Amino acid sequence: MVKKLTPEQLEELARRAKSIRRNIVSMVTEAKSGHPGGSLSAADILAVLYFAEMNVSPAQAKDADRDRFVLSKGHAAPVLYATLAEKGYLPVAELLTLRKVNSRLQGHPEMKAIPGVDMSTGSLGQGLSAANGMALAAKIDARDYRVYALLGDGELEEGQIWEAAMFAAHYKLDNLTAFVDFNGLQIDGAVAEVMSPLPIPEKWQAFGWQVLVIDGHDHQAIYEAIQTAKTVKDKPTMIVAKTVKGKGVCKMENVADWHGKAPSREECELFLAELEGLED
Amino acid sequence: MANQATRDAYGLALKDLGERNKNVVVLDADLSKSTKTNVFAKAFPDRFFNVGIAEQNLMGTAAGLAAAGKLPFVSTFAMFATGRAFEQIRNSICYPKLNVKIAATHAGLTVGEDGASHQSVEDIAIMRAVPNMTVIVPADGTETRQAIDFAAEYQGPVYIRLGRAAVPDLFGEAYQFQLGKAALLTDGVDVTIIACGIMSAPARQAAGQLISRGISARVLNMASIKPLDKEAVIAAARDTGAIVTCEEHSIIGGLGSAVAEVVVENCPVPLERVGVMDTFGESGTPGDLLKKYNLTEDAIVAAVQKAVSRKNA
Repeated sequence: MVKKLTPEQLEELARRAKSIRRNIVSMVTEAKSGHPGGSLSAADILAVLYFAEMNVSPAQAKDADRDRFVLSKGHAAPVLYATLAEKGYLPVAELLTLRKVNSRLQGHPEMKAIPGVDMSTGSLGQGLSAANGMALAAKIDARDYRVYALLGDGELEEGQIWEAAMFAAHYKLDNLTAFVDFNGLQIDGAVAEVMSPLPIPEKWQAFGWQVLVIDGHDHQAIYEAIQTAKTVKDKPTMIVAKTVKGKGVCKMENVADWHGKAPSREECELFLAELEGLED
Repeated sequence: MANQATRDAYGLALKDLGERNKNVVVLDADLSKSTKTNVFAKAFPDRFFNVGIAEQNLMGTAAGLAAAGKLPFVSTFAMFATGRAFEQIRNSICYPKLNVKIAATHAGLTVGEDGASHQSVEDIAIMRAVPNMTVIVPADGTETRQAIDFAAEYQGPVYIRLGRAAVPDLFGEAYQFQLGKAALLTDGVDVTIIACGIMSAPARQAAGQLISRGISARVLNMASIKPLDKEAVIAAARDTGAIVTCEEHSIIGGLGSAVAEVVVENCPVPLERVGVMDTFGESGTPGDLLKKYNLTEDAIVAAVQKAVSRKNA
């Protein structure tokens, strides 16, 4: 039996995820550009990782034994920044500087700018290789930290992903757990129509990974999948998380157009009220 | 000491470094016999990782290793390192200024019979343009060993360009490579020849031939392409009034361009570039190719005569 979250923990995660979502909407609105859809879809995964699982803390942001997280789908920077702010790595107020000149909050994550960002990403397809390197370094040095990576489903169209998939299995990186944020949409439309990476679980299985398929908005399911991955020996784990793009904001849900569009001020007010209402 | 290819010197230097520094890890993309990383692999199998024929993942994995505190040296042919994986070098390595050393072999035309698909004559231009990247082109085995030792101590990305074919020794064991410093091979007053890599030896030979033609040439070996030794270039322009650059690389964007930028901004003098003339190479022996594409002692002499006549015109 894998460990489960307590009702108290679940309540905290719901609160954290809501706060992260609210900040995503606010910061993208203020920036007047950015990627809300794929940030909202990944909010529950990051909430569980940062508030129920990963051994990380702002006080020891560069600790050699900390767990690592690589946001391979770097355009979802708002969800990472909002989560790091929630965790105390940066002031929540600073989130409103996103994408503005002289801000630490670049449009895509920059590791040198912000403690807590473990890898600079943004150009799709590159994050899993970096996560591999970190997991390999842990093996070489016999450290027991774990490495997490979050990939987009559209991102799976990049060839480098499959080079990295081969490598992780070949070198038996069982300290690596990756997620696919499987929301089914990319900029130009449905991933199935633009350039289908489907079927996703079978592909990773064929590349030698342990594969789990879950509801990417179910905190208990996300947590249990992470626990299961920790018990798997000699192979990396891919958690295929079925998600909804724009999750939490009705008007954004499952609409490809919200991949990279900022809400207006009026829309922002409505969206924040809607997110607040979810608590009731 | 016998002639040695810079890639062979690299293999030996890497093994020595591996003994001294346990943090060094080496990655290759199925070319370890050619790049000579197999020397390291044999000595330290636990610190050598073959990524297979996957150059993008080669660079990305090295970035992750560096982010986690390791000191990765990665190798493949210069063409595939800087061409196939350019964006991984730029975005995963240079942008976050990660401590990855790229020792790329088989650079230039002298990869030989494999032909244009494997000949890299653009890599200096490409690597030089990326912020945070340091670019070194050693001229012989001694300088290669020094460059590898330097790279291991330096914090940040380094691109070291190595060749396939054996080259004559230019430097003795006492030589000390310094980043951003040219090495004086011969002094002279009428013209300065600035060369790198396999062209440094013919440049020095050319200086000997020029004496009999009444031209006294200063010869500089410029292994450090970025940062460039601006002071040495400006001094060359002021002291000798004419410059010739020599490289086994396109005349566009490489050593010649780097020198020209400094010269025109500081002390404009006639400048001639010996290099590959904006063309692809072809199959052939290294010697035949260097002749066909005018990367020879005679070509350098001709370029010097042109530069000197322009100066005196």
